[in-house]
Amino acid sequence: MKFPWGGKRARGNGDGGGRIVQGALQKVAHRPASISAFSSILAIVSGLLVGFVIMLIVNPGDAVPGFLTILFGWLSEGSRSVGDMLYFGVPIVLTGLSVAFAFRTGLFNIGATGQLTMGAFTAVYIGVNWGFLGAFHWIVAVLGGMIAGAVWGSIAGLLKAFRNVHEVVSSIMLNYIAMYMNTMLIVQLIYNRQYARARSPLPSAHIPTWFLRDIFPGSSVNIGIFIAIGLTILLHIILNRTVFGYELKSVGFNRDAAKYAGMNAKRNIVLSMTISGALAGIAGAIMFLVAGRHLEPVNQLMQEGFTGIAIALLGLSAPIGVFMAGIFYGALEQGGYYLQLYDFMPEIIDIIIAVIIYFSAFSLFIQTYVAGYLRRKLGAEVELQQGTEIK
Amino acid sequence: MEYVIEMENITKEFPGIKANDQVDLKLKKGEIHALLGENGAGKSTLMSVLFGLYTPDSGTIKVQGKQVFIRNPNDANNLGIGMVHQHFKLVHNFSVTENIILGHEDTTKGFLRYDNAVAKIKNLSEQYKLKVDPSAIIENISVGQQQRVEILKMLYRDADILIFDEPTASLTPQEIDELMKILRNLAEEGKSIILITHKLTEIQQVADRCTILRKGKYIDTVEVAGTSNEELAEKMVGRKVVFDIEKAPAKPGDTVLKVEDLCVRSQHSNTELVRDVSFEAKRGEILCVAGIEGNGQSELIYGLVGLAPLSKGRILLHGSDVTQSSTRNRSLAGISHIPEDRQRHGLVLDFSLEYNLILNSYFEKTYQRQGFLDFKAIRTHAEALIRQYDIRSSHGPLSLARSMSGGNQQKAILGREIDRGSELLIAVQPTRGLDVGAIEFIHKQIIAERDRGKAVLLVSLELDEVMGLSDRILVMYGGELVGEFDPETVTENELGLYMSGARKRGVA
Ligand SMILES: Nc1ncnc2c1ncn2[C@@H]1O[C@H](COP(=O)(O)OP(=O)(O)OP(=O)(O)O)[C@@H](O)[C@H]1O
Ligand SMILES: [Mg+2]
Repeated sequence: MKFPWGGKRARGNGDGGGRIVQGALQKVAHRPASISAFSSILAIVSGLLVGFVIMLIVNPGDAVPGFLTILFGWLSEGSRSVGDMLYFGVPIVLTGLSVAFAFRTGLFNIGATGQLTMGAFTAVYIGVNWGFLGAFHWIVAVLGGMIAGAVWGSIAGLLKAFRNVHEVVSSIMLNYIAMYMNTMLIVQLIYNRQYARARSPLPSAHIPTWFLRDIFPGSSVNIGIFIAIGLTILLHIILNRTVFGYELKSVGFNRDAAKYAGMNAKRNIVLSMTISGALAGIAGAIMFLVAGRHLEPVNQLMQEGFTGIAIALLGLSAPIGVFMAGIFYGALEQGGYYLQLYDFMPEIIDIIIAVIIYFSAFSLFIQTYVAGYLRRKLGAEVELQQGTEIK
Repeated sequence: MEYVIEMENITKEFPGIKANDQVDLKLKKGEIHALLGENGAGKSTLMSVLFGLYTPDSGTIKVQGKQVFIRNPNDANNLGIGMVHQHFKLVHNFSVTENIILGHEDTTKGFLRYDNAVAKIKNLSEQYKLKVDPSAIIENISVGQQQRVEILKMLYRDADILIFDEPTASLTPQEIDELMKILRNLAEEGKSIILITHKLTEIQQVADRCTILRKGKYIDTVEVAGTSNEELAEKMVGRKVVFDIEKAPAKPGDTVLKVEDLCVRSQHSNTELVRDVSFEAKRGEILCVAGIEGNGQSELIYGLVGLAPLSKGRILLHGSDVTQSSTRNRSLAGISHIPEDRQRHGLVLDFSLEYNLILNSYFEKTYQRQGFLDFKAIRTHAEALIRQYDIRSSHGPLSLARSMSGGNQQKAILGREIDRGSELLIAVQPTRGLDVGAIEFIHKQIIAERDRGKAVLLVSLELDEVMGLSDRILVMYGGELVGEFDPETVTENELGLYMSGARKRGVA
């Protein structure tokens, strides 16, 4: 077995900082799809197995039915639970897309959570106050969230492009600024003292459900799922079929060559972060423009933004992969919800997901093993990629 | 044991191509053994097998008569095998010293100790005349200096079997002479050397024997003494190769590029790397900027194409001022640019070949419709260039640029840039890393461009190329133009004096 990238490898571009993570993402993203997908699945399986072992230790008697619940919980109540799976999955799909998109331009958007927070607040603010918009209310609220996220993302992009501030550093700081601003603005502008949380958006601002509640009766699903599907397809097309996508990827792969080719690297960086932020902002809007969910003035970073990083990894930074990974995440969440039927804490799901995240981050290693194994078995195809690292 | 390395029946297949097909290579102790072959013949692959970067599909390797399995570069290091790669493997924000000791650090109680290392490096660089500034950061030094760091790295590890993959591709003639001496010294001290090079004269100068590959297959191993360049070239290409550059006299027309008092400042310090350079390039003429590496030629070109800001001066293209224009607008105004560093600027290694072939034109109407890439047009374009420029790779238009051999990467860039048919073709080291057949072809293309009435600005470190290809020569030294010459009347010696700064005179 050999680990070509164990050696020292001169890199043609980039600039210090979060290179390791970027490198990992990059490697995962540009392996042949089959091997990459295989290793993602391996990460998932490993995560599930570890979860199962933990369940066996905690409560051997219920481990098997409990585990099956995690796996198939999303089917347990038929269309209702399927609907909820989609409901849980949508925000994660969107934050995953956000991280993945920036990544394709060579940027590591660790600030999805801040962008999501800004989007959520703006959407809720509009949802609470702008009832006069009538039928357009929810649309404007979502767009407001999108714009707020985009602005937040663009700050990191501008800093990177014009001041060479690494986006990881600036977006981590922006995450905290967003978190505290959110608390402050809720209390100042849309506070519900009685419950110590933000006021509820008006029903006209709720994300509509159209016919979905007929198909998935009793579930919380809304048309956020259509938005997620639409954006997945849109990003797929942008990245793979358009001139803009060609530019973004050139800048992501080799900034010097992009400059040589006359591409405006600064513009592309700003645009990429803006779009990435917009996606996270939409996620924030969709999460909170529903009945029964409230923004709270708590100083906590919203986890969805970070989960998005894992989902981007698991989905190999490709929009369609990210969509599938995000929905899978929704299924696990849904399974975890039913886990309470047994003597398990739903937190077991968090553990499983955490393990999957670790494994997907380790998928680099897994891929190396898989690649080596396949090479010995098949002696082919893998080589092309192995060679890329060391040529 | 007579042989230190015996590679037998090595076969290595990549999807779509057999890079090595039953290849033999036997290295004697203390000899310099040249490895010759066309671009993509499988030389680098064979050496990567020896260095543990690839596992061969079949075949055996013996070191000092004992069969070994070299699984990774560490195994190779332990067997005393060192390698300088075709494309350097340096950490480019580390210093020279850090790069050299990387992986072989001296430590006391876990703390890095530089003193011994620094002393050893100093000794080595004096002993072998490999001048580098040990504290310089890699990305700030020239390609030529990076090469020296690579060589030092290997010497630092006390390797006995030294593999050089095209070590002279980026050296100046003087440096090459020095390297040749070094190689001979090393061999006399008992080190065994494998030298990959496309330059037959170098083989004649230093090599004892030469193994020739063609399209992945072993052709022959010959004693160099008693084999002529022509024979070597014929064995390698499979046909006769014309070495002399044939061209009609130039018919210079009107001025395409006019440069006035151009200055480019270093981005790291406050010195001017290009100082008050003025010249004109005319249609129908190949104008060459000659000089020793690191005398401002690279920066001059970066300034011309907009990759480095000018601190002073004007650039006129067809009389219109492009000094303030972006790289893109200069390119559209009629500049094609074959860059010096193919992997840094010339290619997106993770793109396919066909994507790379539109790197400078992807936005043009031909390749897009309303912002959507026109895949059919891209493919047609790629297939045409692949055919015309004989770009060899494993998957045709879909080959990842990264997987292509160095010479074929270069051919891809050449094809792309020449094909654009710009009024001004800037070619920096256009034939670096090409085999003799490909060089012949590229020279013909460049001359054809000239004869089509294009202006060609050639930057070359190779005196043969400078003398053979250009119609007018400008010599650059220390950031300034120090002389203008007619290649018909000037001697190589005279040029050398100007290039080394021993003489200078004004340039009209
Ligand atoms: N990792 C890889 N994956 C797929 N094909 C490869 C890989 N590495 C090399 N090849 C192919 O194998 C062939 C031999 O390549 P190699 O780099 O050994 O050539 P070379 O003789 O060193 O040529 P050059 O003189 O241009 O450097 C080429 O056709 C190349 O496209
Ligand atoms: Mg090679």
